[in-house]
Amino acid sequence: MTAATPAPRPGRSDARPALHAEVTVTRGSHRVEAAFDALPGHPLAVIGPNGAGKSTLLAAIAGLVPIDAGRVRIGSRDVDRLPPERRRIGVLFQDYVLFPHLTVRDNVAFAARMRGSRHAARSAAEPWLARYGLAELAERLPGELSGGQSQRVALARALAAEPEVLLLDEPMSALDVELRHEMRAELAAHVREFGGATVVVTHSRADAATLADHVLVLESGRVTQRGTLDELAAAPATPYVRRMLARPDDAD
Amino acid sequence: MLRSRVAAVVLAAAGLAGLTACAGGSGGSGTSAEPSGSADPTVVAVESGTITVFAAASLAEAFEELADRFEERHPEVDVVLNLGGSAALAQQIVAGAPADVFAAAAEPPMARVVDAALADGAAVFATNTLELVVPAGNPAGITGLADLARDELRIALCDESVPCGAAAASLLDAEGVDAAPDTLESDVKAVLTKVALGEVDAGLVYVTDVRAAGDAVEGVEVPAAASVVNRYPIADLVDAPHPAAAAAFRDFVTGREGRDVLERFGFGAP
Amino acid sequence: MALLAGVGLAVLVLPLVALVVRAPWGELGALLARESVLEALVLSLGTAIVATGACLVLGVPLAVLLARAASWPAPGRRLLRAAVTVPLVLPPVVGGIALLLLLGRRGVLGGALADLFGITVPFTTGAVVLAQVFVALPFLVFAVEGALRSADRRTELAAATLGASRWQVFRHVTLPLVAPGVAAGAVLCFTRALGEFGATITFAGSLPGVTRTLPIASYLAMQTDPDEAIALALLLLAVSVGVLLLLRDRWLPGVRG
Repeated sequence: MTAATPAPRPGRSDARPALHAEVTVTRGSHRVEAAFDALPGHPLAVIGPNGAGKSTLLAAIAGLVPIDAGRVRIGSRDVDRLPPERRRIGVLFQDYVLFPHLTVRDNVAFAARMRGSRHAARSAAEPWLARYGLAELAERLPGELSGGQSQRVALARALAAEPEVLLLDEPMSALDVELRHEMRAELAAHVREFGGATVVVTHSRADAATLADHVLVLESGRVTQRGTLDELAAAPATPYVRRMLARPDDAD
Repeated sequence: MLRSRVAAVVLAAAGLAGLTACAGGSGGSGTSAEPSGSADPTVVAVESGTITVFAAASLAEAFEELADRFEERHPEVDVVLNLGGSAALAQQIVAGAPADVFAAAAEPPMARVVDAALADGAAVFATNTLELVVPAGNPAGITGLADLARDELRIALCDESVPCGAAAASLLDAEGVDAAPDTLESDVKAVLTKVALGEVDAGLVYVTDVRAAGDAVEGVEVPAAASVVNRYPIADLVDAPHPAAAAAFRDFVTGREGRDVLERFGFGAP
Repeated sequence: MALLAGVGLAVLVLPLVALVVRAPWGELGALLARESVLEALVLSLGTAIVATGACLVLGVPLAVLLARAASWPAPGRRLLRAAVTVPLVLPPVVGGIALLLLLGRRGVLGGALADLFGITVPFTTGAVVLAQVFVALPFLVFAVEGALRSADRRTELAAATLGASRWQVFRHVTLPLVAPGVAAGAVLCFTRALGEFGATITFAGSLPGVTRTLPIASYLAMQTDPDEAIALALLLLAVSVGVLLLLRDRWLPGVRG
């Protein structure tokens, strides 16, 4: 890890910290309570019906909404009192939320730009652009990108910040159904490469199966089951879990 | 946001409606009085309706009383006054404003109206002279015209493009005073207001304005001002919507009763 | 419908056409070269530029406050919005009177300023700028606030997760996103300041070279020298339209991408 070559560093999962979260969050009249660990190299899927509080849980971990009680810990670092910019938690937002006024290059360079000059940030972005197949698109604005391209830019932007934890919020929902299958496999490869603690929020069994090792089921703000998909299939704890497992892929 | 905007608009509209109502009220005032002295030669048959009198700002108080008295004699006529700087009024008349009578504070604005063939000559009906005006108590200790040259004082004069400003310029010129004004206003009442508010230490206005302004201001007499006399001409206009009533109003102002009223407000005889 | 639209357009355009048609084109050069005209032009441009600068410095933070106030309890939020809206709907003369009563020598604040520091505001070029800021500031605030509201707040959150501090979020994300609104607001602000008449003549007075701006000079000239008044009016029209065109070309395509 030398400062001069901030290239992507895949495959260091053993050295990366785990995420431990036990939080209570209130949003409006909804209350979400959940506790879990996400280990590096073993992505966790949080699955549940719409309105279960999955995205709220994610936002609370990232520091974007305040928690009522509990703790968020990364390795030995307590981060629940830190502002989002100091948590080192990367987020892939549901519809990516790219900076519309910045080029692909400057979107990817954003985190480095916050720490240094524009010039240094742009050079730091180069390897990320190359790795995610974005070199050709570097000068485009987000408005000129397809959904799949936008997802790649958003992921490169988040990972270029070198986070210790990666949170993905419904990563496939903004894509056309035909694209999902292909992009899901690509995303899964990138997530494996990242190697750090990862949580993916989804309501799709296919996402959970492709992107994650373990599953945590969240219904009405409460954890109703946890385990691998196979374990869930063997003994579904709730009607929702049974329905979710019976549904064909990509049926929303 | 929309709601507060709408509320504001409604408020403004209500204000306008209030103003209109007031104007209507004052226009109609006095009409209920019995016509008195029907033997008076100034009472002639005129068409009923509303006549519009464009009058110099310095005539405001005198003309309000004259309008009331005229309406007493002619209950069928309402008089509406449009007061302003003489030059501006002349400009409006030349531009086609529907006026019946024009009374100016000096001869040049009237000349513009006559030159445009909108009046067949005019009669001088009053004169006026300038006086220094200071806020009540004279905080700056103004004693004479020479004080207008003091840079540290706040001075308001009329702009030279309007009669009070032209008169002030010739008075200051004649007295060799190099005035240092801080603002040149577009009519005499604007000068008076700034003095009354205490925002300026002194101004040059007409004797009649000082008298009409009441307790908020004091006059400081200027002996030399007697040499600069403003002559006030009046004319009924060629295109007057109500020519007979317009002529009657003109005659009323230049007649005995008009003279008396003007004199009481401090105007000199022509 | 089409007829009414046509009439509406005519109401907007015909007076300006008349102004251009009746302009004394032959003597325009000589009229515009008059010292009184140049003096008023320089004063107007200078004060309007300073006023626009002041509006930017004060108005952008005020717009941010107003946009954030969306989550405040109703009384405070409404009061704040009303305070910014009132000058927008107020006749400028009323603004001038209010400024005089605040900052005049016998004003609520002006008396203390004069006693303590020997500063008197009315009848100075500063008073012209103040009157312009009073009437023009709401235009900037609302333009920027509108842009802030339509900007996606989640981009700010995304920036925070990428390590941006609050100031960096504002500087690198919020501000660029609302730049078109700021530019549009500044243009509105400048043209409004340039055209300011009522508050200026009431609060600042009218002295050539010091407080007599183009609109006041044009108004006074109309009484004695209509040709000069038309020339001045034409000048105001040209400057306003020129600024509009210039800033459109320079700003809007650039920030729209």
